[in-house]
This record gives sequence, structure tokens and C-alpha cells, in this order.
Amino acid sequence: MNRLSIFTRGLIKENAVLVLMIGLCPALATSGTVRDGFGMGIAATFVLLFSNIIISMMRKIIPNEVRIPIFILIISTFVTIIDYFMQAFQPDLYRALGVFVPLIVVNCMILGRAEAYASKNSVFSSALDGLGVGLGFTLTLTVMGAIREILGNGTLLGMTIFGEGFKNAPVIFLILPPGAFLVIGVLKALLNKYYK
Amino acid sequence: MKNPALIFLAAFLVNNIVLMRFLGLCPFFGVSNAVETATGMGMAVIFVMTLASWITWIVYHGILMPFGLVFLRTAVFILTIASLVQLVEMFMKKAYRTLYNALGIYLPLITTNCAILGVTFLNIDNKFSFLNGTIFAIGTGLGFMVVMITFAAIRERLDLAPINPSLKGYPISFIAASLMALAFLGFSGLFGLT
Repeated sequence: MNRLSIFTRGLIKENAVLVLMIGLCPALATSGTVRDGFGMGIAATFVLLFSNIIISMMRKIIPNEVRIPIFILIISTFVTIIDYFMQAFQPDLYRALGVFVPLIVVNCMILGRAEAYASKNSVFSSALDGLGVGLGFTLTLTVMGAIREILGNGTLLGMTIFGEGFKNAPVIFLILPPGAFLVIGVLKALLNKYYK
Repeated sequence: MKNPALIFLAAFLVNNIVLMRFLGLCPFFGVSNAVETATGMGMAVIFVMTLASWITWIVYHGILMPFGLVFLRTAVFILTIASLVQLVEMFMKKAYRTLYNALGIYLPLITTNCAILGVTFLNIDNKFSFLNGTIFAIGTGLGFMVVMITFAAIRERLDLAPINPSLKGYPISFIAASLMALAFLGFSGLFGLT
């Protein structure tokens, strides 16, 4: 497989959230606004990229029997780094994402890529793979965040985009928890109808 | 919030772990095909969640805090829970065979269940005491089980319903979950809880 397709595969064709249906918890919980969705996506991409690189570097010296605990330890190291980094430099975003930042450690998407790809492939391919899957995740969360923020709040990145009439009565339902389930359900249905 | 009854109600209904907090969605969509499996999974989650909240509370307040190792929280908690689940599985297999037969197959799945780890983090973030943490864990686990069983019952009916092919499977489940979440939204404000 050439290098470009390693990267693009994770973006849409094997998109973690909408096609493989993994990493649903953060996707639904943090896609209330574009900023939250994008921030969560980038945090997960960072963890995925660096854990893939380190695991791929160490793939020949990790004993097969204890590989899962070692993967989890490596992943949790990077989760702790991004956790403290966001706490220090993006306190507002950190407060909005809440418990979902430390919970990146149990995102099956990251352990899944470590097990299925990084533990068997070269460092460069693993980095590309991690970046592709991570950006696919970011893309999904940003799109969901945009739909929910525009229709549910009448804003995009905090700027008002609809007139006064809409501002007073937006579809508040969409930024509340039920809206997350509805938006991802409709997106998945559209994907089923037009992409296959 | 100090009143144990309010903590229980908030965890059980108002801030339902699945529909309001979006934790534990993988088992929610994955093993909710039949009411029977949903019940088994729910019981296993309540059991492990309570044990995990005890162990992590002791580890956090007994080891991490006094030695200034709070930054190791994420790594220590996930490893503690993983080994706890293994230990429970081995113990159950030897000592309580019937219980193991009922819950055993769900136990390995629970290690990567974000609901368990999420509850232990929320316990710390909310600064719960040992007792309140236990009540919070039991309430959350019960909330998980009730929603699992209800959703499994809905899905059993959905399998028989005539649905547009592009909505079959996940999309219709998401939409059903959305309607359930809408119903649970009605609980917000109950006894002044948000």
C-alpha cells in the first residue's frame, strides 16, 4: 500500500466514528460546538500519533504476552501530557471537555490502532496511520459540532450567523444530549444511503 | 452536594451515565440485542463499578495524594481497574460458580468500558467521601442497567419493524436512543437537581 493511501484510509473510508463505530463516547459528548469537537479531535490525534510512533519503535522489544498493559501505559503517558497541557494553556476548553480528556485513554480507537497497526508496521507508516485516523476523528467531530452549533445555537465558533428571529428560538434540542444521538443517527443513515 | 439520597437520584436519573453523560456507549449499542444479555451486562457493571470506586478511592487518597503523585492518576486508575477485573474473574470462577456463569463473559469487556473509569474520575473531581462515592457508583450502575434493559426491549421490537434499509441497524438505534434521552431530559430539575 502506498503512503498516501495509508494516510487517507482513516479519513473517510475507515472513519473511526461513522464507519467503524468506535470512539462514540467522546464523539457524542464533546460535539456540542465546533470548538469543543475540534479540540477533542486534536487532543485524540496527538495521543494517537505519538503512541503509534512509540509503540512502533518498541514493537520488537515488547513481549507478546504483556503487550496490552504496555500499550495502555504508553497511551496513558500521552493522555497525561495533553491533560496537563490543556489545563495550563486552554483552561476554558479543558473545563468544557471535562472528564473526557483523561478518558481518551480508554478510547478503543487508539488501543485498536496500536494493536492492529503500530505493533506490526514501521515507524513512518504508523505515524501516517495515526495521523490519518486522528484527523478523520477530528473531521467527524468538527462536522457534528458545526451542525449542532449552527442549528442548535445559531452561531458558528461563537459568532452569530442567523438573524434576530432565529437567535431567539433556535433548535435548542440539538445542543442538548438527545440532539447528539439524532445528529449521528442521521449522518450514519446518509452515509449508508449515498456512500455504499 | 452532600445528601446521599440526592447523590443517588442525580446519578441514577438526572445525570444518567449513558443518555446524559455519554459514557459506556460501546456496551449500550453493542450488547443490547436481547433483554437477557443487557441484564447480565448491567449487573456486571454495577458490581465492578462499586468495587472500582472503593479501590480507586483508597489508592487515590492513600497513595497518590500523600506522596504527591496525583499526575499518575490516569495510568494508575486504568491499570488498577484492569487488574481488579482479572482478580474478580479468577475469584468468581473458583468461589461462586453460578455467579461466574451468569456474569463471567461480560467481565473482560468491562475493562475498557469508559463508564467505569469515568465514574472513578468523577468521584475524585466531585470530591466525594468514601460513602458518597459508593452511593454514586451504585446509582450510576443502576442507571446504566435500567437504560440498557429498556433499550434492549425497544431494539427487540425494532428488529421486527419495517424500516427503510439505510436506517437499519445503527441509525435507527441512535434515533431511538435520542428519543429515550429526550424522555430522560424530563427528569432534569427533579428535586432541584441539574
